[in-house]
Amino acid sequence: MSTNTLTQPKKKTFDVEKVRKDFPILSQLVRGKKPLVYLDNANTTQKPKCVINTLVRYYREYNSNVHRASHYLGSKADHAYEKGRHKVQNFLKARHFEEIIFVRNATEGINLVAQTWGRRNVDKGDEILVSAMEHHANIVPWQMLCEERGATLKVIPMSDSGELDLEAYEKLLTPQTRLVGLVHMSNALGTVNPIKEMIATAHKQGIPVLIDGAQSAYHMSIDVQELDCDFFVFSGHKLYGPTGIGILYGKRELLEVMPPWMGGGDMILTVSFDKTTYNDLPFKFEAGTPHIEGVIGLGAAIDYLNGLGMENIAKHEAELMAYGTEALAQVPDLKMIGTAKHKASVFSFMLGEIHPQDVGTILDMEGIAVRTGQHCAHPVMQHFGISATVRASLACYNTRAEIDALVQGLHKAHRFMG
Amino acid sequence: MSLTQQEKAEELIEAFSFFEEWEDRYGYLIDLGKELPAMPEVLKTEESQVQGCQSKVWVVAKTSQGDGQSHIDLLVDSDSAIVKGLIAILWQVSSGYAPQEILAFDIEGLLKRLDLEEHLSMNRRNGLYSMIQRIRSLAVQGA
Repeated sequence: MSTNTLTQPKKKTFDVEKVRKDFPILSQLVRGKKPLVYLDNANTTQKPKCVINTLVRYYREYNSNVHRASHYLGSKADHAYEKGRHKVQNFLKARHFEEIIFVRNATEGINLVAQTWGRRNVDKGDEILVSAMEHHANIVPWQMLCEERGATLKVIPMSDSGELDLEAYEKLLTPQTRLVGLVHMSNALGTVNPIKEMIATAHKQGIPVLIDGAQSAYHMSIDVQELDCDFFVFSGHKLYGPTGIGILYGKRELLEVMPPWMGGGDMILTVSFDKTTYNDLPFKFEAGTPHIEGVIGLGAAIDYLNGLGMENIAKHEAELMAYGTEALAQVPDLKMIGTAKHKASVFSFMLGEIHPQDVGTILDMEGIAVRTGQHCAHPVMQHFGISATVRASLACYNTRAEIDALVQGLHKAHRFMG
Repeated sequence: MSLTQQEKAEELIEAFSFFEEWEDRYGYLIDLGKELPAMPEVLKTEESQVQGCQSKVWVVAKTSQGDGQSHIDLLVDSDSAIVKGLIAILWQVSSGYAPQEILAFDIEGLLKRLDLEEHLSMNRRNGLYSMIQRIRSLAVQGA
């Protein structure tokens, strides 16, 4: 062991300027030499050098198919790929490595559950319960299932501050409820839902719960055993990892009895024209050549986040959130949409009568990247009676100076269009 | 004698060439939108609305005869000030012209010369691309 490790303090301090140096994309100038201010993180986050280098190294040094190639490169790829699964397992604090299923994104994870667990467990007259602040990814797959099976989709209402009505929730849990689908953190409002309590409430009646963690997984530490959720999904690209890789966590006992979804190579044990037997977990759900570099890259992103410490990231972002909430309140005619007590890393707002798209265009001209629109959450927009919002969303590399730039940009938009 | 589409395009290109800062270019663009003939609210129907993801865009066309040939008069509007400016450019080089002239005109080329073609690729957001398609299909119907 080097003396350096011994003398290093256990609790590392979080230095955002140092963190920014890990993200090459952030140092560029855009739109006529303006520093890039990237506040579209709820859409996708930027990638640290270690992730980019890992992807390059995979293709330069050991590109090979996994679970099939009996040679040096193949065994190296196999090792890195399955190590990726263990990293995800540790990241989510899952009990077993076979509870981690690789999919394309959170959306595919939800669809997998709907199409396998759902088709086996949901019948005519049954109910699926989701919340009023779900992303389309946690609405449409259930609607499709309900339509096919003759079941009904029920909705947990929310208040005008963007908080779920927990009393209504309890009443909506009935003997017909087969599953609760809940967003951990709303992409359109920033609300962080009390999922641990909500999961416990559903479990009292023996109802399993799927958590959409697409927005939460990169902002806070997740412990699926402590939460006791039955399924948890997230996307790698929001977690500073590559696009095209997502995770479905499921409790082993549930995954074991679920039928496979897609058929093909790797998900089988034996195939004949009379009968095919399926592989064990997790491979039963992973047909065909997987997104190998995606898994390895996601593993690198997880190593990076562990290095920074999820608690440190959450603390940094909470400070920015408080600073931004105060700063944005000073912008004339700015109306925040979503003012829940427990909220993280998302500012969703309107600027007077100015069309959110115009606000976004002006911010873009100033080098500030935000998202404008309905954020794949039409029902949320309908609840607030609006057609769109401007959304600025934070990540570990954002700074107070960037919040200041956003505020300046909004003042400019107000002057320009108001 | 009214201006040809090409003459109008040249005028626009010249006007935009004066501006160095984006604030001035977009300010001028928004002003172009404000100068459009008003579209009565009753004409803003589902039928006249063009598919755009965020901003609403409407267009109605009327074919009339004059100078021995038919031409198409357009009314256009949007709830976004910037998109309204963009469609005002389309309007300037489309409304009042013969269907064949509308179909033959290189609108993408003009937007490119005005350094606004980026808005075309953002068609999911602003409906500008759908608007061009709609005007062209209206021109085909009027031809």
